[in-house]
Amino acid sequence: MIRFEQVSVHYDGAARPALAGVDLTVPEGELCLLVGPSGVGKSTLLGAVSGLVPHFTGGTLRGRVTVAGRDTRTHKPRELADVVGTVGQDPLAHFVTDTVEDELAYGMESLGVAPDTMRRRVEETLDLLGLAELRGRPIATLSGGQRQRVAIGSVLTTHPRVLVLDEPTSALDPAAAEEVLAVLQRLVHDLGTTVLMAEHRLERVAQYADQMILLPSPGAAPLTGAPAELLPVSPVRPPVVALGALAGWPPPVPLSIRDARRKAGPLRERLAPLAPRAVAGPPPGGPVGEVTRLSVRHGRVAALRGVDLTVRPGETVALMGRNGAGKSTLLASLVGLHEPASGSVRVGPDRVVPHRTRPAELLRQVGLVPQEPRDLLYADTVAAECAAADRDAGAAPGTCRELVGRLLPEVADTAHPRDLSEGQRLALALSVILTARPPLLLLDEPTRGLDYAAKARLVEVVRGLAADGHATVLATHDVELAAELAHRVVILAEGEVVADGPTAEVVVSSPAFAPQVAKVLAPLPWLTVPQVREALEGAP
Amino acid sequence: MNVRKTGMPPRTTAPATAPRRPGAGFPVRPPAGTPRGGSALHAGAWWLWALGLATAASRTTNPLLLGLLIAVAGYVVAVRRTDAPWARSYIAFLKLGLVVLAIRLFFAVFFGSPIPGTRVLFTLPEVPLPHWAQGVRVGGRVSAEGLVFALYDGLRLATLLICVGAANALASPARLLKSLPGALYEAGVAVVVAMTFAPHLVADVTRLRSARRLRGRPDRGVKALLQVGLPVLEGALERSVALAAAMDARGYGRTAQVPPAVARTTTALTLGGLLGVCCGTYGLLAAEGAGYGLPVLLGGLAAALGGLWLGGRRSVRSRYRPDRWGVRAWLVAGSGAAVAALMIRAASYAPEALQPSVVPLTTPTLPLWPAAAVLLGLLPALAAPAPDPAPTPSPDPSREPRPVNEAPAAPARGRARRRDPRPDTPPAPHPADVPDHHRTAQPPPGGERADARAEAEPEEGSTQ
Repeated sequence: MIRFEQVSVHYDGAARPALAGVDLTVPEGELCLLVGPSGVGKSTLLGAVSGLVPHFTGGTLRGRVTVAGRDTRTHKPRELADVVGTVGQDPLAHFVTDTVEDELAYGMESLGVAPDTMRRRVEETLDLLGLAELRGRPIATLSGGQRQRVAIGSVLTTHPRVLVLDEPTSALDPAAAEEVLAVLQRLVHDLGTTVLMAEHRLERVAQYADQMILLPSPGAAPLTGAPAELLPVSPVRPPVVALGALAGWPPPVPLSIRDARRKAGPLRERLAPLAPRAVAGPPPGGPVGEVTRLSVRHGRVAALRGVDLTVRPGETVALMGRNGAGKSTLLASLVGLHEPASGSVRVGPDRVVPHRTRPAELLRQVGLVPQEPRDLLYADTVAAECAAADRDAGAAPGTCRELVGRLLPEVADTAHPRDLSEGQRLALALSVILTARPPLLLLDEPTRGLDYAAKARLVEVVRGLAADGHATVLATHDVELAAELAHRVVILAEGEVVADGPTAEVVVSSPAFAPQVAKVLAPLPWLTVPQVREALEGAP
Repeated sequence: MNVRKTGMPPRTTAPATAPRRPGAGFPVRPPAGTPRGGSALHAGAWWLWALGLATAASRTTNPLLLGLLIAVAGYVVAVRRTDAPWARSYIAFLKLGLVVLAIRLFFAVFFGSPIPGTRVLFTLPEVPLPHWAQGVRVGGRVSAEGLVFALYDGLRLATLLICVGAANALASPARLLKSLPGALYEAGVAVVVAMTFAPHLVADVTRLRSARRLRGRPDRGVKALLQVGLPVLEGALERSVALAAAMDARGYGRTAQVPPAVARTTTALTLGGLLGVCCGTYGLLAAEGAGYGLPVLLGGLAAALGGLWLGGRRSVRSRYRPDRWGVRAWLVAGSGAAVAALMIRAASYAPEALQPSVVPLTTPTLPLWPAAAVLLGLLPALAAPAPDPAPTPSPDPSREPRPVNEAPAAPARGRARRRDPRPDTPPAPHPADVPDHHRTAQPPPGGERADARAEAEPEEGSTQ
């Protein structure tokens, strides 16, 4: 269905090709997963399928890409629109009209589908994606998971034979991600649609894939094969595969929890007498963040209702909950972006009220890295950004640059912040905030778009901060990250705290928030691969 | 194995991994053939109605009649607008109208008024101006007549704006686009996309200003606004490029092959027609060419329309559920036209009532017949279909998160809903849809029901 023949893509002005020597075939009706570290050209490869590379992005494409027999050199993206449906990383950038129903019809209108056929397909798609009750809603009022489903629906109505998705679940909570994946699974099984998708959260998708394309490093030729063959050699792999490698399970490597549990019997026996290393609790001390009976309203909608939260120095707290549960609102309230409707917020050792404190003063009490770290960066170069951060924080010149040097040893002073990768940008924004050494650090969705390596670096950094006595609150959908990092997990639902306790207790008690290792080794209380590795190495 | 009726033979079975999706068989969709919810009225009808009211407003300076027009437009908007974001633009237009009125009064006070007034209210110190600025006055006497004249004039302008705002709130400009001829469609999309940039820019500015606060810089003041300017523009540019890519990938701009002869005829007709329109207009306006002006103008117009129609053949687009022009649309558009026509007639038989004199100052009276004519504009409040009830809370809150912090600017609007109960068609929730706690606490029947459910939801949703 999709054929790449000796394809290489070279963007103008780039030192090396974005893709080189790509030679692969994706047969019809397969769910094909594209994996690799950040910046290896996954998006370029996806764009080449839909014809956006090079027709839209510029650059030079050598070789030949054919989709359903059409050569993308001679067919523009709009002429491929009836065979390829593309959904990018940000569904909001994809919408042309303003209501759900019109959005579903837009692609068909462009293709000139007959009106009664359009009507029927819209109804079918509304049912297929569970969007029937949202049909008349303005898109601006939908939640993240709903938007992602509308974006998929809007390309499905034209009945494309190929669906190309760039990180369809990265911004979604675990339940919404399951929902989107179930839809893709149905499309592949019931309609024979070919799906090509790039995703960093392998633990969510690896088990559904028929075929995997691995781009190991920039410019290297891709490896293709079954996920069970490729994942053990891949630089990025889900925890269940890492656990298998650690325990030395014979091939094929299990990809699903079910398969892993079947093989995990001996491992569970070995681990039964051992106990995970006790996580050192935070040192005693006065709270650096205290929220009591906090309610926040957005217009008529109550975003938070009577939330209580206390954060102590050296503690790492993970805020979880579905899209729109109020996590970001809680973080924003802690830095004074929302005024409480009732209740109180106090932060820092001086116990200041954030929304009444001058920003320059507040910066020394609490710092927030927002969901989009780029919002924090204004300057043209990394060096200028660091100098500005030193001035803002009143820190000694060079403080920020030193932090950047520790987090991002390879970044040049002259690099433009917008040219950095997601992970690098996050690290830069983090350094900018840390320059003022706030005792309370807040991170909103820090792992969106990060590969496993970048995530591991982030974990190191936050652990180091906790050891230095910084308290961290992170809002995340990433259960693996929470399991690895957090002392405590707080689950929000509909603006209320529904669970608050030590990570091991909270995440294991609810299947949606349990990490893979916990599911495989249940009922034993292990959460992460490093925990297990440490215990096995320690034991005889 | 999950078997579900979706009406598509090949899709009736779901793989075991697919979770049961609530609402899949949920009978909320209107039967085929019924108009689309509350937005069913042809967008053009709303615009014609509003333009009719605006025409009527332009014919009078009587503040009582203008007030009546504003009230009529406001009432119709209040009972017939939907919950969509663009429906809130009415308030923005109201505020704009007030600003226009204030500016008009300000000018009348500080720059004087051409109205020769005798009742001096107060005298401002006058700025002496050089002789070349003769006719311009800054400060000086402020007369009651001048102020009243400015008030009437400003009110008329404000009423015009409010009428346009009403059309905007009742039918988004994007829907008007659906009725454009095929040849103009692509240009229209560009215009609409450009218009949606303003709200996006405002949202970006808000976000970046709060990000400044996170950097420890003041987030208020002109300097803060200026410093976020560049990042906002960069973001807007990036978004437009992403949108253009998405539109291209979805088939925007696909064209059909037309014979070269047809393409050439299209060009000739359009160019010739437009030229004819220009010449005809010149002929009509110039003193000597009145004889041939009108025929040339009409001929040119016909040729241009022919060109547009032929040009539409290059477009392969089809229309999804186009707005139909039905009886209701005739009634709505007709009521606006009637208001305009009656007011224009009234201007000829009762000019003094429509233009109350300011020199000497008189108390404006409400002329009976023109006022009755204005009240005709209320017809859409009855003739137009009622808007959809509040967005039904999703059947199972655990699967369909409510957008709490994603859309802080879009709270469910309860006030207009309450003013507009739908006694004839109460939204009937499917029994399976109503969670248990809703069934025990039965909301009152009729139109209150949607409200009761919408408000009960946030309190009880979290207990699931």
